[in-house]
Amino acid sequence: MTGASTPFLRVEGVRKSFFGVTVLHDVSFAVEAGKALGLVGENGSGKSTSMNILGGVIQPEAGSMFLGGEAYAPADPKQAAAAGVAFIHQELNLFHNLTVEENLFVDAFPRRGVLPLIDRRAIRASTEEVLAEVDLQVKPSTLVAKLSQGERQLVEIAKAVSRNARLIIFDEPTTSLTRPEVERLFAIIERLKQRGIAIIYISHALEDVISVCETITVLRDGHLAGTAPKDDLTLQQIIAMMVGRSIDTIYPQRLRSGGGDRIFSVSGLSQPGVAENVSFDIRQGEIVGLSGLMGSGRSELARMIFGLDPFRRGVITINGKPLNDPTPRSAMDAGIAFLTEDRRGEGLLMDFTVSENTVLASLRSVAGALGILDKRAISRVSLDMASAMRLSTDRVDDTQVKHLSGGNQQKVVIGKWLRRQPVLFILDEPTRGIDVGAKQEVYRIINGLVERGSAVLLISSEIEELMGLSDRILALSRGEMVGSFDSKPFDREAIMAAAAGVGKLEAAE
Amino acid sequence: MKIGSRALLLILQNAPYILFVVLLVVFGLMSDRFFAIANFRNIIIQAAPIAILAIGMTFVLLTAQIDLSVGGIMYLTATVLALYMTGAPWPVGLAAVIFMGGFIGALNGVVVTRLGVASFIVTLATLFILRGIAMYLSNTRTLMFGDEILTLNRATVLGIPSAIFAFLVVFAVAWVILHQTPFGRQVYAVGGDPEAARKAGLPVARIVFFCFVIAGICAGVGGFVSITQIGAVGPKYGDQIEFSAIAAAVLGGVSLFGGRGSVAGTVFGAILIKSVQNGLNIINADPYIYPLVTAAIIFLAVAIDGLRTRIIERLERRTIRPVSVE
Repeated sequence: MTGASTPFLRVEGVRKSFFGVTVLHDVSFAVEAGKALGLVGENGSGKSTSMNILGGVIQPEAGSMFLGGEAYAPADPKQAAAAGVAFIHQELNLFHNLTVEENLFVDAFPRRGVLPLIDRRAIRASTEEVLAEVDLQVKPSTLVAKLSQGERQLVEIAKAVSRNARLIIFDEPTTSLTRPEVERLFAIIERLKQRGIAIIYISHALEDVISVCETITVLRDGHLAGTAPKDDLTLQQIIAMMVGRSIDTIYPQRLRSGGGDRIFSVSGLSQPGVAENVSFDIRQGEIVGLSGLMGSGRSELARMIFGLDPFRRGVITINGKPLNDPTPRSAMDAGIAFLTEDRRGEGLLMDFTVSENTVLASLRSVAGALGILDKRAISRVSLDMASAMRLSTDRVDDTQVKHLSGGNQQKVVIGKWLRRQPVLFILDEPTRGIDVGAKQEVYRIINGLVERGSAVLLISSEIEELMGLSDRILALSRGEMVGSFDSKPFDREAIMAAAAGVGKLEAAE
Repeated sequence: MKIGSRALLLILQNAPYILFVVLLVVFGLMSDRFFAIANFRNIIIQAAPIAILAIGMTFVLLTAQIDLSVGGIMYLTATVLALYMTGAPWPVGLAAVIFMGGFIGALNGVVVTRLGVASFIVTLATLFILRGIAMYLSNTRTLMFGDEILTLNRATVLGIPSAIFAFLVVFAVAWVILHQTPFGRQVYAVGGDPEAARKAGLPVARIVFFCFVIAGICAGVGGFVSITQIGAVGPKYGDQIEFSAIAAAVLGGVSLFGGRGSVAGTVFGAILIKSVQNGLNIINADPYIYPLVTAAIIFLAVAIDGLRTRIIERLERRTIRPVSVE
């Protein structure tokens, strides 16, 4: 293999914007056949956009791409697949109710002559061949449902191989794998490289990127932050390239109470496969940030505390009282409020009005005698909420929530909980998908919550947001608490390293 | 918890068989006529029409859709046969019901896939439309069939009664389609994960459409077998049979949520339902108790399906970290 050969894939000066906001500024990178390129960057740095362009999901506005020396401009995912570009996503695209061999051929079964019958012998033979290729020792007739997550991923890789993929893009492939499965995956990737297949490897787990890839490209805010051979980069340098900017002044100041009593604690929370011995506590008036990668168990932890998911061991204490076997109802009664990650799916009823949504979590308090709802009380309460939250509308009885902007929807979600004066607010990605101005308002509201004496557990993928708001940041990795970071200024790189699963960094008390 | 779930799942997945054995024992103890060979033959002959309907229903259910119109298809096609094709030889009549059933199924399929209306609503509407047309055409009279149709009931093929033969043929064809053709496996794929099917480039709408066509054809054929047994078609013909067909499929392990089940299970479910009715008949149970018992079985079937799906979901829940080995 020659080092100076022309790259198999060349991306040059690709630009893309959405609604006038440029998300990709003239990004260029290249991968050689038989080599792996690591693509890293924080959320929103442009990785997914780049991959969507490579996969034909969206088309760039400027720039050009070359695949195997020829111009490459896929108009849709099918063309990308036909050109030999395959994706292994975090969420696998397999049918659990079909067998391994059927999954490999589901969209193009070979037939027995002119009959519309599947040529079982042919698919068995070629499946056995590619399974050997990816070192997966299962029978081709095994149902995918019976395979482990790691084995399923190998099936997906086998699928790519069986279609003669020449470039395979791995997107966060290790998040739900056990360590031995990860090692096995890396061995397979090595083998794919030897076959001359080009690899793009995207991950937040930087150590994995370093061990798999020859070259690393860092994206930041849609710009190319740098490309270098991995031997020329240290982990710290990569993180510095990813971060590269200071915290903006968008985080409003708040009066710090210095922390009141410990009003909430979790100790020894465990659930097989999801959380292992998680313990932490939160004081009154304190914002505790929870940092971790996608799939680290952040949201699952919140769901367990709120009684949405079961856990096997552990004690949750709120206001000095244990919360045994929480259900959403008992958690709410104990004073926990939960803003889910998915506003549309879980937090708000989109077709209902602002008023209806406002009182939903506290219907009893607006019901008169006989439990009949008092419309005037509902309006009054909702108007109070609207002004407290500085909502964009005061027509609370007529405005359906789906007609509000993302930021205003988030205000309604928080506002409806405020009525119950929660002891603890769990906020899961409270600013996802809303613009910067609305974000700032949400930050102000969060500060308001703690100033009123609530405690906040803040979950966010944006490390800056956590650093800007939190009094303390906890890092979670693979369901384990791997670090607690205290006192400002936060050590951003240490937090990121911990969340990326790079060793276990001990907390500075 | 995990081991408990698996054990429960095993029981639930075999619930129809357990139920079947229990029923056999109960009926057998209550009447010695139940265990006669001739009675079993009878049960299968009686089960043939509903089994054929349920086989068609299985295709639709596998794609997570539902077809409530099969009883209407059965009634209308039989009515047309009795009104306009009395003199025709039976193969022509059979071909006619296959064609009509397939055509009506295609209409269902087009509305469901092109207009995106929930199949529950679409086929509920077509059920009433079809029954309405049939009642209009027949003036709600009961129409009798001639000897051409009636002699079929006593006919045998290779010593097998015609109804059983028809049902075996439909079963064999359906089995081959579902398990040995690309279309059949894609039916499972679409039902198992419609989003993944779309991403894999499968023609989802076309696959769902053909499942409705197959359900329509099976309804026509099932109706045809039924008229050879009854010899007449009236306003009560095929009434509420869609629920028995769905119950048969679900009892046999077909999931209402799509992607799981097989025609073999469906056939078993149909025989189970008919065994119950036969057993009630033999022990001289109050006729008014039949719908109650049938309804209880349907309820049981749906409850089992819901429970089974929940457990499977729990067992397949994605984990973040390796589960320590117990």
